[in-house]
Amino acid sequence: MTRTTPKTKSPINWQSQVYDILKEFHVKHMAYVPDAGHATAIDKFEADNEVTSVVLTTEEEGIPYLAGASLGGDRGVLLMQSSGVGNCINMLSLQNNARFPLLMLITMRGDWAEFNQWQNPMGQATEAALNLMGVRTWRADRPEEVEPLVRGAATMAFDGDQACAVLLGQRLIGKKEWTK
Amino acid sequence: MTEALLKRRDVVAELLKDRAETIVVTGLGSSSYDVMAAGDHDLNYYLWGAMGGAAMVGLGLAKSRPNHNVLVVTGDGEMLMAMGAFATIAVQAPKNLTIAILDNGYYGETGMQLSHSGRGVELDKVAASVKFDWTARITDMAGVADLRRRVHARDALNCAAIAIDAVEVERVLPSRDGVYIKNRVKAALGQIL
Repeated sequence: MTRTTPKTKSPINWQSQVYDILKEFHVKHMAYVPDAGHATAIDKFEADNEVTSVVLTTEEEGIPYLAGASLGGDRGVLLMQSSGVGNCINMLSLQNNARFPLLMLITMRGDWAEFNQWQNPMGQATEAALNLMGVRTWRADRPEEVEPLVRGAATMAFDGDQACAVLLGQRLIGKKEWTK
Repeated sequence: MTEALLKRRDVVAELLKDRAETIVVTGLGSSSYDVMAAGDHDLNYYLWGAMGGAAMVGLGLAKSRPNHNVLVVTGDGEMLMAMGAFATIAVQAPKNLTIAILDNGYYGETGMQLSHSGRGVELDKVAASVKFDWTARITDMAGVADLRRRVHARDALNCAAIAIDAVEVERVLPSRDGVYIKNRVKAALGQIL
C-alpha cells in the first residue's frame, strides 16, 4: 500500500508503550484479529511466552474468551480494528450481565483520511455502538495521549470490572507503521 | 435416521458423574437446564445469552486453568453460531478442554425449527477438519462414558456430537444473575473477590 502521509519523528514510541503498559498490568492473554496499527504489540505478545496470544476468526470470539480467562483469574486484552466492533455487539451482553473486566484497544478506520469508503459506516459508528452496549471509550489522536489513556482504561477495567475501550485514531496511526 | 437416540438428561448426568474439580460451561437454553438438572455446582458457569460464546468461555478457562478439566456442554444451534471458534480453539489446542455438543438437530428453545445439523451438517467432522485431537459422533451411553473418561484424562482437545432425541423435558432453571454465577466460580477456584 502506498501512503502519502509523511513520516514524522515523534519522541514517543506509543506502539511499544502499549505492550509495556499491558505487561505492567499483568496481562496474561492477548486476543486479536490482526491490524497493522497493532502490529508491534501483536509481535511482542506473540514472542512473549508468559502471555497466551489467541488469533481469532472474528472479534466477537474475544469477548467470551476473555470472560473465561477472567473466571480463571487472569487478565487479558482484546486488540482489533474498528470494523470488528460491529461483530461484538450482542456478545458484549456477557460482559454487561456478569460485569467481567474488559479492555479493548481499537485501531480506527473511517475517522480521518480514509481512502476506502467501505470502512466509513462502521468506523464512524464505532464509539456510539460501544457506548450503547455499556463500554466506556477514550480516543487517542496524538502519541502522548496513548499512555495515560491505556493506563486509565486498564485501571478501570481490571480494578473496577468495567468494559473499557481506547480508540486509536487514524491521525495517530497514519503517521507511522503503514509507511513501508 | 437409524440411530437410537439418547436422552439428554441421561447423557449429561453420565458426563458429570464424579466430576470433582471439572469446570463446566453451558450454552444457553436446554444445555444450561440439563447441567442444572444434574446438580447445581459452584464450578458451573451457565450462559443465558451471548449465543455462540460457550466454547470460547471454555477456551479462556482452559488456558487460564491448565490443571482443571474444562467441559463445555452446549447445543448444536449454539455451536453453529461459533463455527469460527472451532478453528480458534484448534489453533490453541489445550489438552484440558472438551466440547460436548448435545445434538438433536433442532433449535429447541425457539419452537423446534430444524437446525443445520438436522439438515446434514456434522459438527464433529467440522472439529476433525480443523484438527481437534479427538472427535466423535456418540450414539450410545458407552460412548458417553468414554467421553467422560477423556474429560478427566486431560490429554487431548476433544469434541463430540452426541445424538440425543428432541423430546422436551422439564426446565430446571439455574440462576440468571451473571455476577453471582461469576463470583461463585471465582471463589470456588480460590480467587479473592
